Amino acid sequence: MTSPTTTEQRPTAQHQEEELTGAEIVVRALRDEGVEYLYGYPGGAVLYIYDELFKQDAVKHILVRHEQAAVHAADAYARITGKVGVALVTSGPGATNAVTGIATAYMDSIPLVVITGQVPVALIGNDAFQEVDTVGITRPCTKHNFLVKDVRDLASTLKTAFHLAATGRPGPVLVDIPKDITGHKTLYHYPEKVSLRSYKPTVKGHPGQVRKAMQMIAGAQRPMFYTGGGVILANGAEELVKLVRRLGAPVTNTFMGLGGYPASDRQFLGMLGMHGTYEANMAVQNCDVLVAIGARFDDRVTGNIAKFAPHAKIVHVDIDPSSISKNVRVDIPIVGDLRQVLAEMNQILAEMDHPTDARALAAWWAQIEDWRKRDCLHYIQNDEVIKPQFVIQKLYELTGGDAVVTTDVGQHQMWAAQFYGFDRPRRWASSGGLGTMGYGLPAAMGAQLAEPDSTVLCVTGEGSIQMNIQELSTCLQYRLPIKIACLNNHYLGMVRQWQEFFYGSRYAMSYVDALPDFVKLAEAFGHVGLRADKPADVEPVIREALRLKDRLVFMDFQVDPVENVYPMVPAGAALSEMILV
Amino acid sequence: MRHIISILLENEAGALSRVAGLFSARGYNIEAMTVAPTHDASISRMTVATRGSEEVMEQVLKQLNKLVEVIRVQDLSDGPHIERELMLIKVHAVGPDREEVKRLADIFRGRIIDVTDRSYTMELTGTGEKLDAFIHALDPGMVIEVVRSGASAISRGAKGI
Repeated sequence: MTSPTTTEQRPTAQHQEEELTGAEIVVRALRDEGVEYLYGYPGGAVLYIYDELFKQDAVKHILVRHEQAAVHAADAYARITGKVGVALVTSGPGATNAVTGIATAYMDSIPLVVITGQVPVALIGNDAFQEVDTVGITRPCTKHNFLVKDVRDLASTLKTAFHLAATGRPGPVLVDIPKDITGHKTLYHYPEKVSLRSYKPTVKGHPGQVRKAMQMIAGAQRPMFYTGGGVILANGAEELVKLVRRLGAPVTNTFMGLGGYPASDRQFLGMLGMHGTYEANMAVQNCDVLVAIGARFDDRVTGNIAKFAPHAKIVHVDIDPSSISKNVRVDIPIVGDLRQVLAEMNQILAEMDHPTDARALAAWWAQIEDWRKRDCLHYIQNDEVIKPQFVIQKLYELTGGDAVVTTDVGQHQMWAAQFYGFDRPRRWASSGGLGTMGYGLPAAMGAQLAEPDSTVLCVTGEGSIQMNIQELSTCLQYRLPIKIACLNNHYLGMVRQWQEFFYGSRYAMSYVDALPDFVKLAEAFGHVGLRADKPADVEPVIREALRLKDRLVFMDFQVDPVENVYPMVPAGAALSEMILV
Repeated sequence: MRHIISILLENEAGALSRVAGLFSARGYNIEAMTVAPTHDASISRMTVATRGSEEVMEQVLKQLNKLVEVIRVQDLSDGPHIERELMLIKVHAVGPDREEVKRLADIFRGRIIDVTDRSYTMELTGTGEKLDAFIHALDPGMVIEVVRSGASAISRGAKGI
């Protein structure tokens, strides 16, 4: 009989075997895993664990004001650092509050370990106080989850959780620990390695496929690169830039992939998809070879799938085989770790003589430059009303394009993606897949802890910010000098835009009445609030906010209430059928 | 097209639910699903009968493989295989029907495993079609209850999954 999990259990100097309680094991495991921050909220089922956290200071605990925020903060910390984010919540409502955060991370493949308390083993299934079936609830929105029913399994389960979260296609892993287990004692040894017979992600790309792909790419008349969040997750940006520059091909990033290729580079055509640029979408629709790297042909990217990239042969590189040929038939699939596959591609390219057709490429670029001339993101800033795009553009200029940016969900999110150019990976944290309003502020907390010396901008709207506004209190407790830029248009702007375009301008429930005075609200939480009413106020407000380096500043920009996000590909239309201004 | 998928998975609490949840969450069809431990007690084997286009089946197999507890997945319909299902069926059996039912059971190689003065309970194995045929051969009014196991399947030849 084979054992399902084989773990190397070589005790080292630090891993002296000693009897520890489950709670001590949790904290020791986090320490041994090198966890710097733990985002959480205490409650009955996790009191033993909190008691152990109290006795040490290696793992710093950040006390949020709502469990959803704990998971979002851990998520953004993971996106910015590349490490596994860790959250700790109690049973029942603690766990259910965390679910939105977990689902957010799951959709965007963010590595997290979420530890939830559970009622004592003997009470499970009894409808005990603060009991829910946490593993049942989170099964469809985690990469994997565990219920630990024996303290002897605890250390190896935690190790496996970190392993699963970080490897292959990353994702959130939940470990549900009944309260009595945290009180039981056992010998502690934290395994150094995990090997699971049922889980062995492919990391190296198939050499034959990679070679075939490179021949197809190099032979293209009109190549186009389309890269996604996978490039960021796999730390593949450097290899990608090398490859794309050498090939001289145009490149677009998905919303999740922003920063994977420098936005200021001439070969970058902007984001693609529903709110992508004219040139990016047109290039995808007209290319003859489309190279998809770490992207998943999501409906917001492809528009009408039947009309997507009609002339293209498609190369698709992804760590997750199930992403390949899920939505779009692929000609050359390659499964593997993107950084490795991109390195293999670079190596093959280096060995090729005259790899590309320079004349065809020049004609292709002439066509692209023509599309670029449409200047599809153009807007006019008058003296009267602040254009939301103008705010993002100013934020970009005044932060030198080097802030870490988090967003909520809606129009402001799309404008941030369009107008804040990222030249580096891991500077952008936004809920792309699930579209979670309320992500931005807690994400900014995780980002600020990850990058204490960077400017962290939370671009938000007056709708989204109210979904986790209580975290302003957390920001004060930990002195997180986040700069919140609220594009306040008094509407749930994206909903309003869809209602204007597709629902006969009947603005059902999209007007937000009775808004708080955000300046006073910020002050009430002990922060600084600034308001900009006119275009001339925008720059001074941002400058003042950036000057106040050690304070959280809430910038309330009163923007044009009826501005729309352009271009827009209506749902069901082909990418080339964009609504332009 | 109908497909028979064999899945080896860790014999752990929740593993069955992960597979069932995957099918319902992604809108895949399940005609039948059986599961039990194998000769290795740490491994369960599941047989799923499903229907779908080639594209859907490719996704079904990939998504199953992605589940952390799934060790191996095979679409048995890709090659020669043997499929069997067990049915227990209870029928009214009085008067001249008693002989008739017994004869029918013999023809289908069924066995009578419980008898009362008014009923027979029979056991039949075979493909799903054979079991259907047996039910259809009976007068519909005779059937008291039917319980079917769903298909179990194994590939032909010397090689294992």
